[in-house]
Amino acid sequence: MAYDHPGSLRLPIYMDNHSTTPVDPRVVEAMLPYFTSTFGNAASRTHAFGWSAEAAVEDGRETIAKFIGASSGKEIVFTSGATEANNLAIKGAAEYYQAKGNHLITTAIEHKSVLDSCKRLERQGFEVTYVEVGKNGVVDPAKIEAAITDKTILVSVMLANNEVGTIQPIGEIGKITRARNVLLHCDAVQGAGKTPFDVEAMNVDLASVTAHKIYGPKGIGALYVRRSRPRVRLVSQMDGGGHERGNRSGTLNVAGIVGFQRACELMMSEGPTENARIRALRDRLHQRITAALDQVTLNGDPERRLSGNLNLSFAFVEGEGLMMAIKDVAVSSGSACTSASLEPSYVLKAMGLDEDLAHSSLRFGIGRFNTQEEVDYVADLLISKVKKLRDISPLYEMHQQGIDIKSIQWAAH
Amino acid sequence: MAYSDKVIDHYENPRNVGSLDPQREDVGTGLVGAPACGDVMRLQIRVNEEGVIEDARFKTFGCGSAIASSSLATEWIKGKKLDEAGQLSNSQIATELNLPPVKIHCSVLAEDAIKSAILDYKKKREARQALSAAPSAAAAKPSELSASK
Repeated sequence: MAYDHPGSLRLPIYMDNHSTTPVDPRVVEAMLPYFTSTFGNAASRTHAFGWSAEAAVEDGRETIAKFIGASSGKEIVFTSGATEANNLAIKGAAEYYQAKGNHLITTAIEHKSVLDSCKRLERQGFEVTYVEVGKNGVVDPAKIEAAITDKTILVSVMLANNEVGTIQPIGEIGKITRARNVLLHCDAVQGAGKTPFDVEAMNVDLASVTAHKIYGPKGIGALYVRRSRPRVRLVSQMDGGGHERGNRSGTLNVAGIVGFQRACELMMSEGPTENARIRALRDRLHQRITAALDQVTLNGDPERRLSGNLNLSFAFVEGEGLMMAIKDVAVSSGSACTSASLEPSYVLKAMGLDEDLAHSSLRFGIGRFNTQEEVDYVADLLISKVKKLRDISPLYEMHQQGIDIKSIQWAAH
Repeated sequence: MAYSDKVIDHYENPRNVGSLDPQREDVGTGLVGAPACGDVMRLQIRVNEEGVIEDARFKTFGCGSAIASSSLATEWIKGKKLDEAGQLSNSQIATELNLPPVKIHCSVLAEDAIKSAILDYKKKREARQALSAAPSAAAAKPSELSASK
């Protein structure tokens, strides 16, 4: 592969693939004609430009349906991305089914586009139960079941968490929601293509996916809307020309859809091999770090997690300070030092992690284009910088002197 | 977030990192912040008989701006009289390091650390003076006095 030549380590190194991924050159190639020659509006029914654009869109729909195990391309509603898909699923279903009930269930560690959609519904009179997760970040299906009432219309649980990579038992939850006649929405953005996902086998009724997490372009996503057993209906959230069977108005992003399609094809053909390679790199990074440093803990579940995800807390070192020390490496942190609230990651907090360890966390997201050489470079750099920062950390000094940091009365500021 | 060159300089080459013996009579220690908030600063000063800060040391758990603020603080207070050092304000630190609004709390913490170290030193000194003024009290705790001299 063009991007994988050993001996040519280039900085900066991108290791933040949960945030977004680079577009695969093969995806770019597939998209290019749709900007200049096949540029028509897929809704133009009167000429060849429109017809060829529409053909590309319908072809893309079928591939994306296949990617998530849907039975028909008619069940795919294109959106601008996953945030819009999550908004449409939750608000659209709540509005349509409000005569049936006003209760929704989700988890405490969902993406903000799910949580904030739920919060808006609460202000409008809906009731939402936020189910807690365990210390490993996994939701217990029994807790979902226990939260269901005769007013419950929708359950929304993500396939995989964006911070700690935890994979949720969607199939088990789907059995419950189907039996209880409640709709199941799954935000499959982080997991689709990286862990098995099948809307039919898992009884999922609504599912959000996006292209830019699987080496496709930004600005194109989709919502799967089940068409039979049960037929799911939504109230559209965007008014206009009635595109996407009335579910989402707006001219379709044809080039984006073609890119999304190509990205799905590549994931379907190369995913299994790729995920094994990525997991080996992830494990190598983890092992090298923990072999050289003490007081490093893994956040999330060791087994039920995305192959590329490594979320570690480096005790006695603050995450943002550490990121600054490894500024040639793009990662992210659960430290919220940059936010005005000074609140660390709500996901790590919901998992019961101590706040100081949340501030000390780094998330590595290994992806298709990372190499072993990069992993080794990052591990070595990180080890030396953590040691350096611990040398200037008063907390590490206290730890070495046997002082329990929790025994000190700290003044909050 | 982009850091200013001065923050980067102090972060990469922190001045006066280290520890002074907190038991010493001429040393004042300030420990401020909280691990749960993501910032802890320990700033120490060693003060001579004339009330001049002869040495200052810090250790900080925090982001780059917190490390830079405490590094700059030690640099500035070294050689200053206690009351001069006590007048150093967070806004001077924030201005020098070009801290964005979201990082102002780092400079506030550095100011608190200086004040806290000075207070600790003064308390120790007052306690010592009280002891020397009352010989019977001094006699009651001879070991502590001799250990700190």
